[in-house]
Amino acid sequence: MYFSTDTATTPLPKIPEGDLKDKWSNFKTQARLVSPNNRKNYRILVVGTGLSGASAAASLAELGYQVTTFCFQDSPRRAHSVAAQGGVNAMKNYKNDGDSVFRMFYDTLKGGDFRAREANVYRLAECSASLIDQAVAQGVPFAREYSGYLSNRSFGGVQVSRTFYARGQTGQQLLLGAYQAMMRQVHLGKVTCYSRHEMLDLVTENGTAKGILVRNLDTGEISRHAAHAVVLATGGFGKIYYLSTLAMGCNGSAIWRAHKKGAWASCPSWTQIHPTCLPQSGNHQSKLTLMSESLRNDGRIWTPRVKNEDRKPVDIPEEDRDYYLERRYPSFGNLAPRDIASRAAKERIDAGHGVGPLKNAVFLDFKDAIANQGKETIVKKYGNLFSMYEKITGINAYEQPMMISPAAHFSMGGLWVDYELSSSISGLYVIGEANFSDHGANRLGANSLLQACVDGYYILPQTLPHYLAQLVKSEKPETNTPAFEESENKVRKQLSELCQINGSKTVDHFHRELGKILYDKCGLSRTEKGLTAAIEAIRSLRQEFYQNLKIPPNQNGINEELEKAGRVADYLEIGELMCIDALSRQESCGAHFREEFQTPDGEAKRNDREYAFISCWKPGNPNPVLIKEPLHFEFTEPTERSYK
Amino acid sequence: MKFKLKIWRQESPSAEGKLVDYEVKDISADTSFLEMLDQLNETLILRGENPVSFDYDCREGICGQCSLFINGRAHGPLDQTSTCQLHMRSFKDGQTIYIEPFRASAFPIKKDLRIDRQALDKIIASGGYISVSTGQAPEANQTRISSDEVESAFDAASCIGCGACVASCKNGSAALFTAAKISHLFQLPQGKIEHKKRTQNMVKAMDQLGFGACSNTGACEVECPQGISIRHIALMNKEYWK
Ligand SMILES: Cc1cc2nc3c(=O)[nH]c(=O)nc-3n(C[C@H](O)[C@H](O)[C@H](O)COP(=O)(O)OP(=O)(O)OC[C@H]3O[C@@H](n4cnc5c(N)ncnc54)[C@H](O)[C@@H]3O)c2cc1C
Ligand code: SF4
Ligand code: FES
Repeated sequence: MYFSTDTATTPLPKIPEGDLKDKWSNFKTQARLVSPNNRKNYRILVVGTGLSGASAAASLAELGYQVTTFCFQDSPRRAHSVAAQGGVNAMKNYKNDGDSVFRMFYDTLKGGDFRAREANVYRLAECSASLIDQAVAQGVPFAREYSGYLSNRSFGGVQVSRTFYARGQTGQQLLLGAYQAMMRQVHLGKVTCYSRHEMLDLVTENGTAKGILVRNLDTGEISRHAAHAVVLATGGFGKIYYLSTLAMGCNGSAIWRAHKKGAWASCPSWTQIHPTCLPQSGNHQSKLTLMSESLRNDGRIWTPRVKNEDRKPVDIPEEDRDYYLERRYPSFGNLAPRDIASRAAKERIDAGHGVGPLKNAVFLDFKDAIANQGKETIVKKYGNLFSMYEKITGINAYEQPMMISPAAHFSMGGLWVDYELSSSISGLYVIGEANFSDHGANRLGANSLLQACVDGYYILPQTLPHYLAQLVKSEKPETNTPAFEESENKVRKQLSELCQINGSKTVDHFHRELGKILYDKCGLSRTEKGLTAAIEAIRSLRQEFYQNLKIPPNQNGINEELEKAGRVADYLEIGELMCIDALSRQESCGAHFREEFQTPDGEAKRNDREYAFISCWKPGNPNPVLIKEPLHFEFTEPTERSYK
Repeated sequence: MKFKLKIWRQESPSAEGKLVDYEVKDISADTSFLEMLDQLNETLILRGENPVSFDYDCREGICGQCSLFINGRAHGPLDQTSTCQLHMRSFKDGQTIYIEPFRASAFPIKKDLRIDRQALDKIIASGGYISVSTGQAPEANQTRISSDEVESAFDAASCIGCGACVASCKNGSAALFTAAKISHLFQLPQGKIEHKKRTQNMVKAMDQLGFGACSNTGACEVECPQGISIRHIALMNKEYWK
C-alpha cells in the first residue's frame, strides 16, 4: 500500500448557502470588510506575477493593501501566461447563440467530467463577463468585427462561440494588461516587485502562514519576508514531464514546499495533455511548442487509412484518409475536448498510423478551409501560428498539412482550496493554475486564462479581506522568529547538500528520465501495473539523484544548475505523489484514463458511486494520507460525458 | 553539424570579460540555437567547468527573455525571429559563431550573456498603462473600435520587451520600446485621455534611466523580433513636442 486514508477528517469547502446563482452574492453581502484607512496596515505577499498574481496584486493594491510580489523571470511581464495563444472564454452571448451563465457553467462542469464543485464553477461563469470589460478598458486589443464590435470563436468542448481572442497572443495581451495595472501600483508605491527571486519555503506558525523565504537568483542571497497573508500564484507544474508546452522555469516547488508544511494537494495526477503540439523531433529537445487549439476551428485532423503510408500527404486521396475525430465524434468532430482528442490521437499512433519521421504525429490539414474561405482569411485568422510553425519546422503549412502530437500542457491538480481560495493552511491562498478548483478532471480550452483572471481580479480581493478582518490588529509581521530561523537553516542545508553531491550526471538527465517515466505510465493512459512500476522507478531515480548529481558548487551568484536541481528534487517527489494519486482513483474521469475502467467503445468510465470526491493529500510518514472531499451535485445531474 | 563558438564570458557585473573559444559537434540541423548552447553546457558541467549563463524562459518567442548578439546581430541572422526561435539550419556547417550579450549602458551585464533589463519595467511603471481600477470598466461593446484601429494598435502592442532595439541602437536608445507602448495605448479610444501625461512621463523616464537619444538610424526596426515599425517613434516624437 502506498498511502493511507483518513476518514475522520472532512474538508470544509465553505460553500455559501442559497441557490446556485445567489451563492457568490450571498458570500459578498456577508463577508467581513477592512475599512479603507486600515488597509495600508496589512502586508500581502503574492508569489507569481502571471495573470492570476499580477491581477491580484494590482486589485489588492488598488484597494489599499501593501503588496509585495515575486517572480523568477527577469521581469514580471514574462510569466508563462504570456504564452497563451488561443483565447479567453466569457459569457457575453454577443452571438445570440443561446449562451447563458448556466450553459457555460454546465459546459465547464461536464468538460471536467463532474469532478469539480458546482458552486466554484458557477462563479467562474458568473464573473466571466466583467473580465472582458476590464481587459478592454485596460487596452487589450481583442479581435473586432468590421462593425467595430468584439469578435468570438469556438473552442473545444462547446457548441457556442464564447471565446474572445487577440490574434494568437491572447495571453500576452491579457498579461500585459494585468502587468501594466500592477506597474501603475508600483509607481504609486503600493506594490513592490522582486524579479529573479524564487520562493524556497513557506514559513508557518501554529498552522498559520507567516511568510516566505526567497533566494535572489542573481546573487544567491536568501531573504525572509513576513506578512499577514501569503498568496501563491505560481502557475502549473506540467514541466515535470520535461517535454511540455510550459516555459523552462515553470516549477512545482512553491506549492510543493507549502504542501510539505501541511497544505493539501488535490488530484495532482490530473494533467492535460494537449492534442495540438509540435511532435518531438530528437533527443536534444528542451520543449514542445503548442499550436493553438483555435486551429481546430478550421483544420481537419486525419491519419492515413493504411499503416506505414509512404505517399506525401498531399498525394493521399480523400478515400485513403481517416478523419478519425469526425468519424468517432460526429457532433463535435475536430472540436472534441482535449483529453478525448489526445487519446484518439494516441490510439491512432499506437495502432501504427502515426505520421512524420518518428511516426509520432497526426495531420492537421487546412486544405479545405483554404479552398472554402480563401487563403487570405486563413492568413488573417492564424497567420502568426503558421509562421511560427514554419520557423520551427521549416514547413509551409499553407501547402502541406501540419503535423501535430499530444504534449503535457496544464495541471488541473494543485493545492486544494476552499470556495474562498484558501488552502488548508490559514492565511495561505492559492490562485490561478496553482490551485485545484474549477476545471475538474479536464479543463476546457480558454477557461484557464479566465480562471487566473477571475481569481485575481474578482475573487481574492473579496475573500482575502474576509480573512484579514478577523486577525488580531496588534500583531505585526515579524521575520525575527524561531519559525523563520528554522526554515532558513533548512533551506541553506538543502542548497549545500545539492552542491556537495559531485556525481557524474546533470540535472537535465534526471529530469528527462523522470519525464519519460511519467509520459509512459502516468500520462494519457494509466494502469495499476504501470503506476506501481512508475512509483518504484521514481524512487530509485530519486535515490540516484542524491548520489550522482553534478552541478557547479557555487551558492553565491548566478547558478542555473542549482536552481534547476532544487526544482527537480521537488519534481521527483511530486511525480511519486502523482502516481499514487492516479493509482488510488480506480475509475476513469476526464484526463485521468485508467485502462481498467473504460466503456466498450473505449471512453472513460466514471464511477460516481465511489469516486465522486476531490482527493486531498496530506503529507504523512512514511506514506501520504488521502482525505476525501465529497462532491455534491444539487443543481445538475452527472451524466456520461458524451461528445458523439 | 559542428561549429566554432566564440562566447563572451564574464564572471560578474564588475569583472572583466573576454571572448572564449569552444567547439560543438554532432549538432542536428533541427536543434534550436539555445538547445545547441544547452548541449555545450552539458559538456562543460560534466567537465567541472562553469556553464555559460544566458537568458531564456518560454523558448517560443513570446516572453522576451532570451537575448544574445549573434554574429553582430541582436537575435541572430533571421529577421523577425527571437533567439529561441532560431535553429541551427540557419548556419553553415563548420561556421564560426560569435555570441555576445546585448550591450547598452542601461543594461548592465550580470554574468556572461545575461543582462539586467529592469530599466524597461521602470519605463512602463512611469506611465505605460490606462489608469482603470478593477471594477470601473464599462460594458466592453459600448465603445466600438474599428478592426483596422485595433490591428494597428496591436502591431505596437505585440512588443515582447526583449530590448533588442536598445542593443542594436548605436545610442542605446529605448525609443522603439517606449514608442510602441505609447502608440498602442494612443491608438485606442480608451487610452487617449491620459495620452499627453503618459507620453511626457515615459519619455522623461527613458532619459533618466540612462538610455540614449534617438537619432533615427532605424537599426532597431531591423532587429526587432516583432517587426515593430519606427513610425511609432515618429508618433511619439510628434506627440511629445505637441
Ligand atoms: C503554451 C500555452 C498556451 C496556453 N493557451 C491558453 C489559452 O489559449 N487559453 C487559456 O485559457 N489558457 C491557456 N493556457 C493556460 C494558461 O495560460 C495558464 O493556465 C495561465 O496563464 C496560468 O496563469 P498563472 O497566473 O496561474 O501562472 P503563470 O502565468 O504561469 O505565472 C506563474 C508565476 O509564478 C512565478 N513563480 C513560479 N514558481 C515560483 C517560485 N518558486 N518562486 C517565485 N515565483 C515563482 C513565475 O515567475 C510567474 O510569475 C495556455 C498554457 C500554455 C502553456
Ligand atoms: S520594440 Fe521590438 S526589439 Fe524593442 S523590446 Fe519591443 S519587441 Fe524587443
Ligand atoms: S525564450 Fe521567451 S522569447 Fe525567447
